[in-house]
Amino acid sequence: MRAQFILSEIGIGLRRNLTMTIAVVLTVMISLALMGAGLLTRTQVNVMKGYWYDKVEVTIYLCGTNSSSANCAGKDVTQQQRDQLNKDLHAMPQVQTVYYESKADAYARFKKQFQDSPDLVNNVSPDALPESFRVKLKDPQQFPVVASAFQDRPGVDSVQDLKKLLDPIFKVLNAFQRVALVVAGIQLLAAILLISNTIRVSAFSRRRETGIMRLVGASNLYIQLPFLLEGALAGLIGGVLASGLVAVGKWGLIDQQLRPLVKFTNFIGWNDVFAVIPLLVLGGVVLSSAASFVTLRRHLRV
Amino acid sequence: MIRLEKVSKSYPTSTRPALDGIDVDIEKGEFVFLVGSSGSGKSTFLRLLLKEEIPTAGRVHVAGKDLARLSHWKVPALRRSIGCVFQDFRLLPNKTVHQNVAFALEVIGKPQSAIDKVVPEVLELVGLDGKEQRMPDELSGGEQQRVAVARAFVNRPMILIADEPTGNLDPSTSVGIMKLLDRINRTGTTVVMATHDAAIVDSMRRRVVELSMGKVIRDQTRGVYGYGA
Repeated sequence: MRAQFILSEIGIGLRRNLTMTIAVVLTVMISLALMGAGLLTRTQVNVMKGYWYDKVEVTIYLCGTNSSSANCAGKDVTQQQRDQLNKDLHAMPQVQTVYYESKADAYARFKKQFQDSPDLVNNVSPDALPESFRVKLKDPQQFPVVASAFQDRPGVDSVQDLKKLLDPIFKVLNAFQRVALVVAGIQLLAAILLISNTIRVSAFSRRRETGIMRLVGASNLYIQLPFLLEGALAGLIGGVLASGLVAVGKWGLIDQQLRPLVKFTNFIGWNDVFAVIPLLVLGGVVLSSAASFVTLRRHLRV
Repeated sequence: MIRLEKVSKSYPTSTRPALDGIDVDIEKGEFVFLVGSSGSGKSTFLRLLLKEEIPTAGRVHVAGKDLARLSHWKVPALRRSIGCVFQDFRLLPNKTVHQNVAFALEVIGKPQSAIDKVVPEVLELVGLDGKEQRMPDELSGGEQQRVAVARAFVNRPMILIADEPTGNLDPSTSVGIMKLLDRINRTGTTVVMATHDAAIVDSMRRRVVELSMGKVIRDQTRGVYGYGA
């Protein structure tokens, strides 16, 4: 296989069809960028769920010196109160499991969850986070029963339903993800049709060369490879540009806009973006090679 | 070298078969003229040899291979052993004479060193030395056909197929091309040439196979173009 020959053929093909190639690259870029956005939205949901979301329904925060609740009166929960609450929780028929999270545990999880935001971690002292009981219920619908039973007990700061807090946000994010993936799918279809058309035009404009190649006994691979690589290269460029677009979106939208604005949760980090990028680049190459291959089988008789 | 046994070929768009049960046997090193009016089946005959067409019935053997049993991926190897020349030259207009001939070797993966060696040799053989860097449109028709012959012969095929190679050329230029084909034939290459050119057939006195309505109506070892045709 003569690499130089193949490379020059690809160059000729791409230049001859420059406008079509640009259209292919842009469509692939947009579809893959939306795909990336959809994937990262799911990561974002998982990041927001944190450690406890899928494990418990009820979080009972206990009083600490920082507690603002009137029930605490600025005092720490006592050992006796803590033991009593623990005993009563275990005694409730609705409760399945009770996890106790100490201040140290809470700080350790916090540090891990926000490891991408060292500024935030440095601003929080190890004993600033409240200790809590995390309660898993046999039936999630029973939250009001547990909440009303413990709301005003001595030593209890507040009772929270994590799902009630996060679910509206997740609804928005999931809707965004669905829209992004549907539009990505439509764009992908457009990309496939465009690639197919580009390869067809390319095969037609080089029919004289390929005709002679067939005649003198060039192998199918030799005849088809320039076209395949032409498609693959366009897909590769599209994938790389899509990755750039996703990275710029992460930086511009999340780091510059949302992170300073929304303090209560964590956001996806660069490692999440870097995990998606290989998928996008690979997706671009595989998609366009496959589209080229199928087109060649139909339009380049060997 | 070439053997057709009871070969028929029908096209779906035509009621009459293009070839109708023909038997032709061509030995290694023969020079055969294929004559007959348009539509008599000459082109179909040649296309069958390249496995560009598959016979509806019968067997085609080329260079010891039964083409019906030749798998798809071995067809390129078959075509490497057959050189082809056409009425319309089929040169690449954006490549020089040298590049046109070298192209045939590049695309079958020959190393550059071999290409650099054999292309000047074959261009000298066809009498085009000194015109290597010309573009096809700077050459006369006869010279362009010499480039095409050089390209067909550069890989030293066992068989050379020529489909009306003189169809676009004036008589004196045609004589030059025929001398070239004759010289190639003398190297041991089997030549099969479809033609309408009575003067050439008559002057060469080689084997003549005449087709009419898809049947072989004449096969003479030292024949002429036709009886008063």
